[in-house]
Amino acid sequence: MLVTDRDRMIEDIASWAETYGNARSALIPILQNIQKKYCRISDFAMQQVADLLEIHPVEVYGVVSFYSFLSEKPHGRFVIRLCRTISCDMAGKDAVAQQLENDLGIRFGQTTPDEMFTLEWANCLGLCEQGPAMLVNDQAFTRVTPEKVADIIEGCRRQLSVFASQRKEEHVV
Amino acid sequence: MISSTQAPLTFSSVEANAGLKVALGQKRADILETLRRSGVRGRGGAGFPVAVKWNLAAAAQSERKFVVCNADEGEPGTFKDRVLLSDYADLVVEGMTIAARAIGAKKGILYLRAEYTYLVSHIEAVLERRRKESLLGQAVMGQNGFDFDIEIRMGAGAYICGEETALIESLEGNRGEPRNRPPFPVDTGFFGQPTVVNNVETLAWITTIFAKGADWFKGIGTEKSTGPKIFSVSGDCERAGVYELPMGITVEALLKEVGGENAKAVQIGGASGHCIPASEFNRAIAYEDVATGGSIIVFGPERDMLQVAHNFLEFFVDESCGQCTPCREGNAKLLEGVEMLQAGECSSRYLRELCQLGETMQLASKCGLGQSSPNAFLSIVKHFSHEIMSHKRAN
Repeated sequence: MLVTDRDRMIEDIASWAETYGNARSALIPILQNIQKKYCRISDFAMQQVADLLEIHPVEVYGVVSFYSFLSEKPHGRFVIRLCRTISCDMAGKDAVAQQLENDLGIRFGQTTPDEMFTLEWANCLGLCEQGPAMLVNDQAFTRVTPEKVADIIEGCRRQLSVFASQRKEEHVV
Repeated sequence: MISSTQAPLTFSSVEANAGLKVALGQKRADILETLRRSGVRGRGGAGFPVAVKWNLAAAAQSERKFVVCNADEGEPGTFKDRVLLSDYADLVVEGMTIAARAIGAKKGILYLRAEYTYLVSHIEAVLERRRKESLLGQAVMGQNGFDFDIEIRMGAGAYICGEETALIESLEGNRGEPRNRPPFPVDTGFFGQPTVVNNVETLAWITTIFAKGADWFKGIGTEKSTGPKIFSVSGDCERAGVYELPMGITVEALLKEVGGENAKAVQIGGASGHCIPASEFNRAIAYEDVATGGSIIVFGPERDMLQVAHNFLEFFVDESCGQCTPCREGNAKLLEGVEMLQAGECSSRYLRELCQLGETMQLASKCGLGQSSPNAFLSIVKHFSHEIMSHKRAN
């Protein structure tokens, strides 16, 4: 990581600690913000948070490793979580899973080399009557079929290219 | 997409803030008395009487008390709270406000599961509107001295946080590991202060009880399980979705309602519930017979019940918090046993041992997760032994 990136992260974490306070109960909201912006919670980030909240970094690690929406490993910009619990299983999640693997060229638990997509299993997403269901970041997709997988992935890529073109415009200005 | 109700729920006929108005017009003791008369019990699955819980929290001596709405709906097959928060968030918030009044709390927390992040902006908008209408914040409904506001806190993906003490641990910034009980949260909860934790549906019914009266509520259901219940129905049936049906309804009648008459089994209460075979479809869904938080999963004639047990146990191996041995090791052993059955490598003698292990887990686990995780396995072994045994050996 470049020193400037580190500085940026230190600033971010300090500003979140200001928002949520530096009591222990602020720990999870701060970690959720780090996860969202940096797609992972690195050792460096954990140490920063521990220092600000005056707790041992192992305490922070214990929390990060406990919750399935927090991760030490780098995640892609889009985390695809396919529900594997019974109702979605009966509705045909296996075929969807296979197509996701085929289209992305990775297995469940992996991230694409361009760090765009992470593929994960999820336990019951609470969309059981509309299975197979999956989340792409915060967005829910229901009654997913292998045919729909390609469109969903393309939708993500389009979103990212919109961000990229916005950035380009900023540079022009 | 977010909402899917099959028929209008009673909630749609409850006038905005009617329940809150009635409750705030009553003395604390009368609010608790109304709840006691209604007989309402917790809708999350455990079925603890609400009046008892609130009485204990009201009696506890403390300057700081908390009301927590448990929106960490993680039980497989349950999605009613998602629908209620999408369509009737106001009723839930009203219920929290009534609770605050009854126990003397100033702060409420709505603990929403991470999987429902897409609901946050909607709920935030409801809270903001209510603040503007003086239904939250300083002097709620113009009552001097009654200040109450609500904050949304997000879960981070852990089924166990639906257990109330694990939820509180998570709020305090810890791993979601359940605490020993007693002390109970009504006495020693969030930050060690008296806290009531209620399910989303329970809170919506409380508002409805004040709007429509305790007698209306008591007039529905059975003597021990009063009122209507919201069910989440999925699986092999024609009309999956959210249903409002009276407590005490038989499995048979429910199946007719949802178009699942040819089912060979129904899982009632989600992965931690029981698997009911067709021969027992005359049983009643109520606290005194088959209890449920509302999850109904229908299995058609073609379903492989061993695969069902495998799916549930995979879930529990993944979601056990790992704190106590019976749950952490037991679920892994049961899953391994199911895989042995599938491979034709499990002797009858070992299957009996697995069942004993399941019973040990029910007795020795620390919290509800481990105590109930063997239920599905044990009931499938009991009712479908002809189906799960005698699998062909691979070689």
